[in-house]
Amino acid sequence: MALNSLGREIPEIFAGKNQIPYRDPWSLQPHAERSTRAIRRISHNGSKLVGGLREAIIASGLKDGMTISTHHSLRNGDRLLNDLIKEIDALGIRDIKIASSSVHIVHAELIPYIRKGVITGLECGVNGLIGELISKGELDCPVIVRSHGGRARSLITGEVAVDVAFLAAPCCDEYGNFNGYYGPSACGSLGYAQVDAQHAHKVVAVTDNLVPFPAVPVGIPQSVVDFVAQVPSLGDPKKIVSSTTRVTTDPIGLQIAKYAAMVIEASGYVKDGFSFQTGTGGISLSVAEHVRNMMRKGKVKGSFGCGGITGYFVEMLEEGLFEALFDVQCFDLKAVESIGRNQRHQEMTAGTYANPFNCGSVVNRLDCAILSATEVDVNFNVNVNTESMGYLLHNTGGHCDVAAGAKVSIVVAPSIRGRLPIVRDEVTTITTPGETVGVIVTERGIAVNDNLPELKEALIKMRAPVKDIRQLRDEVYAITGIPKPIEFEDKVVGLIEYRDGSIIDVVRQVRP
Amino acid sequence: MADYKLRRSLLYVPGNMPSMLQNIPLFQCDAVQIDLEDAVPLSEKDAARILVRRYLENYKDRNKEILVRINGLDTKWALDDLKAVLPALPNGIRLPKADSPEIVERLDTLLTEYEEELGLEVGYFRILPSIETAQGVLNAAKTALASERLIGLAFGAEDYTATMEINRTKTGEELFNARMNVLWGAKAAGIQAIDSIFADVNDMESLRKETELIKKLGFTGKCMINPRQIDIIHDVFAPKQEEVDYALEVIEAIKRAREMGTGVISLKGKMIDRPVVVRAARVLNTARAHGMVDVVINEEDINGTE
Repeated sequence: MALNSLGREIPEIFAGKNQIPYRDPWSLQPHAERSTRAIRRISHNGSKLVGGLREAIIASGLKDGMTISTHHSLRNGDRLLNDLIKEIDALGIRDIKIASSSVHIVHAELIPYIRKGVITGLECGVNGLIGELISKGELDCPVIVRSHGGRARSLITGEVAVDVAFLAAPCCDEYGNFNGYYGPSACGSLGYAQVDAQHAHKVVAVTDNLVPFPAVPVGIPQSVVDFVAQVPSLGDPKKIVSSTTRVTTDPIGLQIAKYAAMVIEASGYVKDGFSFQTGTGGISLSVAEHVRNMMRKGKVKGSFGCGGITGYFVEMLEEGLFEALFDVQCFDLKAVESIGRNQRHQEMTAGTYANPFNCGSVVNRLDCAILSATEVDVNFNVNVNTESMGYLLHNTGGHCDVAAGAKVSIVVAPSIRGRLPIVRDEVTTITTPGETVGVIVTERGIAVNDNLPELKEALIKMRAPVKDIRQLRDEVYAITGIPKPIEFEDKVVGLIEYRDGSIIDVVRQVRP
Repeated sequence: MADYKLRRSLLYVPGNMPSMLQNIPLFQCDAVQIDLEDAVPLSEKDAARILVRRYLENYKDRNKEILVRINGLDTKWALDDLKAVLPALPNGIRLPKADSPEIVERLDTLLTEYEEELGLEVGYFRILPSIETAQGVLNAAKTALASERLIGLAFGAEDYTATMEINRTKTGEELFNARMNVLWGAKAAGIQAIDSIFADVNDMESLRKETELIKKLGFTGKCMINPRQIDIIHDVFAPKQEEVDYALEVIEAIKRAREMGTGVISLKGKMIDRPVVVRAARVLNTARAHGMVDVVINEEDINGTE
């Protein structure tokens, strides 16, 4: 075990690989060339259709011990990963590692296959029951949680070598061109899949909507696709994109949003050239509404909106409040429709979005970003991975990438959930280091990191409820009391990888 | 003595909901009215009373005026309500069904007894009576004079329309006469006039229209049932920049007048005397709450020194 700079004990070896303890957000430098894969020469001009999933698995040459990936743009509507693992099992293939861009609640169907030894490792974070069972020690499957940017990095450098990527292709032709804009499983941007398409050793496009050649606009081109497989359905359209995303009506959420908007106003960045990212939760959307009003009022022409894109951002683009949207993932129907027709609504790869190891990712150009949290602590560290019981329940998403990139990263969270204090002495798990978190906004006040003294002053001038983070913690503890710490075993069941590949924290088995 | 305390927004909070009570310090309304009456089901009257008392005992850094709406004095719960909550020191009591001055006088007497028992100065607890029946409206002028403790008259449109056997509309024509009676009563007695709640929390546009209307008529504040309504109410009550500028000029002018030994002065050809100064002071106090000015107006500015 080695201690990282945040005092967390990190195993030297995990899942058979040496691990680097986290030191700081900036200094770790890449020492790798790009990952390599065999160059293929496909001379025929006929169809790449191989049949269904089983035929595609056979054609790809998938064997015991290999790593596969899928993308999570179909989110909780995804069927592909579940169906894929069933076929892999039926073919008798074992010891498969999953390096998908995310594993969702719907993928709890994989649990029997983890028990059976079909799946023996997760090179990606998980949402829901799988993580809970791993945390309880009821499932034995090492998991390495990566951010969106960190995952792109790990594929691009070859730290994670994906043998076969099975990419859901909502609109695809027989020669392998595809996009996410049209069809029954339309999901819009294929930002995460782009990385797999460029770096996996074999690429299979899996579609439920085969269209005559060429499938245009080309999102992922024929030149990187080895095979095309056809399935009856990629997933449940209702769960792929929501028909609407709504602003919260909860008074506490609205108050948090109002304070977050004050922070954005006080930052001074809301002027021509402003760039902004926000999430899809009710509070985030409420902040977006405040920002929209601020921009209208100040006649501001912003530069870009970024991240997971919702109808709110689309409306702001169409109103002329932004020059462009950079979209790694569409969250609602309006966003899907927009990306299919508007040139200024740009699809962006996960690498371009957030990979720290390139010539500059889009997050670096962000002025203000809204992020969420399950817990925050007095050092501004943020946890989004584990919940109050200590179980690994959530993936990192772009959290630590955006926090590191944005000039002002604003974490919004209620100070109390249920009876639990959310502002605490120490977070259970560090997802994002406090050094990269600018402001924590709760309904009880705004805590500004010492590294943004001018912002703090501007907020005080606006008579915003600025409080020391320790004062906030004390106020919350006075109401909730101090919860008994969760007890953990020594066994490390998962790693929380920072975006640069160093290990910022671990997930330990929870003592029953 | 004129009361310059800002009461633009008075938020009802149910007394039986710990999760809502806990958020009282967070909202920027001028006052809260913790409800033991209509919001609390009969089976929870006892529990709510204890909960509210405990809550108030623990809410030490008070950052807004706290009123407790007790059950009507004609109910069996009212005396227990007072007994439970007064030792936890709310600023006052919202008195439902204040149909006549006698009802207010009765509460006044009870409060005096508690003040003596608790070692507080007489008059510590204030009263905000609800004018919410036809009889209450007819008696408003007398009720407004029933006690020194009154901070204002509060109009209760929901109960009023029920006693009138009519429906409440969003435009409120049916409330016009009652509102005027409440206003006349309050203004004649020199106390504030507080308007009723607006029940549809999703219709912000109608809330704004109603608030604009009641401000125009002379109400100084409005009750509400959801914190989401605070911003709109405050927005409507925010003074316009030219009103603030004029009020600052008035205060300057009256100070100059006092230096010259008079209580009346002309500003841009208009006479400035005490009523004009009082109005200016109100504007500036409101402006201060909106962060528009920093000046603090006190009694001395308005009345001069003896």
